Amino acid sequence: MIEKLEKLNSIAISELYKTSDINAINLWHTKHLGKKSHLMAYLRNLGQLPAQDRPKVGKLANEIRYKLENAYDEHKNTLVSQPTTTNKNSIDITLPGRPINRGRLHITNIVLRKIYSIWADMGFQIYKSREIETDELNFELLNIPKHHPARDMWDTFHTNTPGVILRTHTSPGQIHAMRTYCPNPIRVILPGMCFRYEQITARSEIQFNQVEGLAIGTNIRFSDLKGTLSTFAQRIFNKNTKTRFRASHFPFTEPSAEMDVECFLCSGKGCGVCKNTGWLEILGCGMVHPTVLSNGGYDPNKHTGFAFGMGPERIAMLKYGIDDIRYFWGNDLRFLEQF
Amino acid sequence: MKAPLSWLKEYIDINIDPHALADLLTFAGLEVEAIHYMGMSMPTQNKSHTKITGMEWDPEYIVLAEITKIEAHPNADRLVLAEVFDGQGIHPVITGAPNLLLYKETGTVETPIKIAYAREGATLYDGYSDDHKTTTLSRKTIRGLESYSMICSEKELGISEEHEGIIVFDTNAPKPGTPLVDYIGDAIFDISLTPNMSHNTSILGIAREIGALTNTKLRPPVTDIKIDQSKKSTFEMPSIKIVDPALNSRFTATLIENITVRPSPYWLQLRLKISGMRPINNVVDVTNYVMLEMGQPLHAFDYDVLSERAKNTPAITTRLAKNKEQLTSLDGVERTLNTSTLLVTDNAGPLSIAGIIGGLKSEVTNNTSNVLIEAASWDMINIRKTIVDQQLQTSQAGYRFSRGVSPALALNTNQRASEMLRIMGKGSILHNTKDVYPIKHTTNKINLPIGEINRSLGIQIPTKEAIRILESLEFHVTKEKDSLQITAPDHRLDVGTKETGIADIIEELARIWGFDNIPETQLDDLSPKQHNNINLEKEELLRDLLVTLGLQEIVSYRLSSAKLEQLVCCEDTGPHITLANPITPERSIMRKSLMASTLACASENCRHQQRISIFEIGPVYIPKNTTDNNASSDEALPTEVLRLSIVLYGKNEQLSWINNSDKSMDYFVLKGIVDEILNGIHISDYSIEPDNHPAFQTGATALLLIKEKPIGHFGILNSKSTSKLGLKDHSTLAADFNLSAIIEFMPNRHTIKPVSKFPPVIEDIALIVDENINSNQITSLIAKTGGSILKNTQLFDVFRGEQIGEHKKSLGYRLTYQSDSKTLTDKDAAKLRNKIVKTAKKLYGAQIRDS
Ligand SMILES: [Zn+2]
Repeated sequence: MIEKLEKLNSIAISELYKTSDINAINLWHTKHLGKKSHLMAYLRNLGQLPAQDRPKVGKLANEIRYKLENAYDEHKNTLVSQPTTTNKNSIDITLPGRPINRGRLHITNIVLRKIYSIWADMGFQIYKSREIETDELNFELLNIPKHHPARDMWDTFHTNTPGVILRTHTSPGQIHAMRTYCPNPIRVILPGMCFRYEQITARSEIQFNQVEGLAIGTNIRFSDLKGTLSTFAQRIFNKNTKTRFRASHFPFTEPSAEMDVECFLCSGKGCGVCKNTGWLEILGCGMVHPTVLSNGGYDPNKHTGFAFGMGPERIAMLKYGIDDIRYFWGNDLRFLEQF
Repeated sequence: MKAPLSWLKEYIDINIDPHALADLLTFAGLEVEAIHYMGMSMPTQNKSHTKITGMEWDPEYIVLAEITKIEAHPNADRLVLAEVFDGQGIHPVITGAPNLLLYKETGTVETPIKIAYAREGATLYDGYSDDHKTTTLSRKTIRGLESYSMICSEKELGISEEHEGIIVFDTNAPKPGTPLVDYIGDAIFDISLTPNMSHNTSILGIAREIGALTNTKLRPPVTDIKIDQSKKSTFEMPSIKIVDPALNSRFTATLIENITVRPSPYWLQLRLKISGMRPINNVVDVTNYVMLEMGQPLHAFDYDVLSERAKNTPAITTRLAKNKEQLTSLDGVERTLNTSTLLVTDNAGPLSIAGIIGGLKSEVTNNTSNVLIEAASWDMINIRKTIVDQQLQTSQAGYRFSRGVSPALALNTNQRASEMLRIMGKGSILHNTKDVYPIKHTTNKINLPIGEINRSLGIQIPTKEAIRILESLEFHVTKEKDSLQITAPDHRLDVGTKETGIADIIEELARIWGFDNIPETQLDDLSPKQHNNINLEKEELLRDLLVTLGLQEIVSYRLSSAKLEQLVCCEDTGPHITLANPITPERSIMRKSLMASTLACASENCRHQQRISIFEIGPVYIPKNTTDNNASSDEALPTEVLRLSIVLYGKNEQLSWINNSDKSMDYFVLKGIVDEILNGIHISDYSIEPDNHPAFQTGATALLLIKEKPIGHFGILNSKSTSKLGLKDHSTLAADFNLSAIIEFMPNRHTIKPVSKFPPVIEDIALIVDENINSNQITSLIAKTGGSILKNTQLFDVFRGEQIGEHKKSLGYRLTYQSDSKTLTDKDAAKLRNKIVKTAKKLYGAQIRDS
């Protein structure tokens, strides 16, 4: 009797580990632990055994039943989590890991930090200034007098306090920085949020970041501006990036220029993003206007300087193929989680 | 502005392709945004900066031709049959053009009508299509007659949208068979001019730039008038009085008598059309033409009307309008003027709004026979204001005056236009031009030390080349030993003096010499002393810390609404910095609550996210509490305070096969983040206290204090407000901290605690205390009592139940004792434990719980 039970047990165990899918294991359970199984028959029929054998056989049968149920559970769990393998020690290594809640910076700050680090390498430190400004700092001291046609270049948000506006560019930071450091040389970048009175569309926003740069010294020339900005372009895009400079106009620089970089998406062959020109407009720049130098406290006969301004959102759009500027402040997590 | 190539060529020889010219102009700061090709062959590949539109006219297929005979179509009333000679043969052409229908019964025409003819197989725009679809002419039958070719309208050739009639050329057009492209083929440059380029808002100005860029000599137009001495005038010249010369520095007038007003010849109409202006009649057209050519706007008055109004010799006065003075402008709008509107008036009242638009009454009509041509100089700031006041942004004259027109131009331009009109209108000029010029334009003189060029550009442009560039732009230059003495040309208002003048001159040199020809160098100037940026470094450190805590950064609009802030904060957050010109009520104030912005973001995302954990760092704007109306704008600037806001909403864990619990994030998820922030920035002197705030749920509101200064609240938000934002499925957790203050408290450095080499003794104790005692009170008591030996106090269990009695809780702590100098015995630990239990009992009535 005891031997029979032992045999039943070893057969059941060996058959259990041969099952490799849910159906087979269910059938196994019916066969070995179901109502009609041999084991159950023994348990039901204990009463027919001689009295002295009953406790011993009963105990063993129950132990076997308990062991088999446990083995069944364990094997079934392995099978469920890893249906393709028959090895009881292996796991489905393709199952997703435990979800981790990862944090990220906003894309604008990712790009800003990249810009900061490149300029830091070139000795340009960050200088921040306020976002709500006076008309004087935002315009007049930058050689943009009241009523001047040049004012048409900026659509301005006015506050209900006369003479107080939302800054339209980071350029007022030029005056702040000059007045802080005069008469010493300056190399700073002025990052921050700016505002324009516009409709919000795929191409235009009411707020955007700008990173302005300012270098002032006794021997700073347009050729330095070209070299410095080309180096920047090669660092932020790639080392073969070509640049070109077109004459332009900003009231606070003279001469003024726009810098284009060769389109890195099509290597200058022409594509949709560069409107088939092979070039992308990246930033405006120029030599600091003598009036602005004077307003900052510097003597334009002794000092020269250059300034430039770029939009991190525009750079992000180009780098990541973002076709709608509204993504930035829309804060759709499905967008932000892609960085 | 639009500049046709053919027109430019009248003043300058151009021997390069239009797209090469466009690039040249663009790089010199005259951005050519588009080239519209009208017949001329187009580049096969466009690699320039410029957009290209238009069509080519095949010289074999599209030619000049003559209509020799016109007959009615036998089967159709609205069609005629024209016989067309194209230099090779006679072709029958069926057309319904209204301007040929007039000739329906004519038969052979006396003077052949010169037209544009498209031969069989020609490719043209479909005149009936609105989107410039091309079509190729083939044989077909129209009302029983065969047709294979066409007399062209402007639309079919891409000249304009005009499809009402066919083009009828002037009688002196070239002979039949001449390719049309050779006669009127063109390329029209659409140039965007920056405000400093006001002197280039003319064909002549652009031509001058091309001359400088290509080293070619300019041929300026002749500007003399011919006064007929043989006739005697029936009129006196009007008197001219300028009330305020500061606003009107010059006024010139020429009278042309006995003129015939009629449509302009086709060539003139064509030039105006392709330059973006509508032909009216020869008088108006000539004033517009010469304005486009020279850059100085002109105006024509019907002198018969002026004489009639004056009942004698007209007396012209320029002055500011009286308040609410009325004038009907020639667009038919009855305008109410204000005291800053400059007017040209006569004895009877206003004639025109100076420099912008004429009055309806003195407008030149087909019955006009005597015309007074005005060319005057107006203050640009005044004109700018009136353009805005009167909503006249589309005025071409206003556009030019508002950007600055040199008074030096007025006389020449007036005479150029008057002479053209005298010839074209077959009239006479019998009086010399009247020129009232109270404030003479002075030209600035600049002394340019030659070394300044290198000092600014980093390259020494050869002096000879510098002189050539400046002279080609009509500067007067005298070379001295080490400098150039330069006088700005008459037509320039933008050239300054001294340092400003030098910068202006160097800009001209740089852009004509070419930025490409300036080398690239690296800065070798003295490097400035580096400055500390400690606050910014701390801000970035916090950003990184929050990211490592699993939070997604967001950046919202700084512009918000008082309504949103009121909703989120459950209190009036005003007063705010308010915008005078908001684009929408939702963005009409500068935010004062960062939490409101961050919560709005959670609200936007909650429909498609299981778990939102976001933070924002950014300024809020606190208006100065100033009641002083005389405060300068500087003093009125708000304080910009940096804040940190955190919002958590949703499931505690993302759904996965390994965990499908439905639990929401609770207060303690946020509390863990706050603890870890404080830990990460090494601030220890802080406390967290229960508080009340309308935005938060009562009983779940915490106040963070650092060094006893309140930093901000965190906790579970009031569901009344969050449910209005659609955040209904879970508790919304938020923190709103003053980051500027936190940064102030952040230590610049911190020191570490040494790690003990001796084994620790670890034991668990449980203390039963009254429900109203905060766990933090017990925790700090334990830590304080344990002193330096107690290395770690971890609360691992909070239990309530019958066993310990009502209104009681049991706090389970795991304590780690460890000495830095010896191995602790159980006895040492027990001593300390007893001290802790005793103190807790004394201060809080705590009982030790037996396990
Ligand atoms: Zn491209």
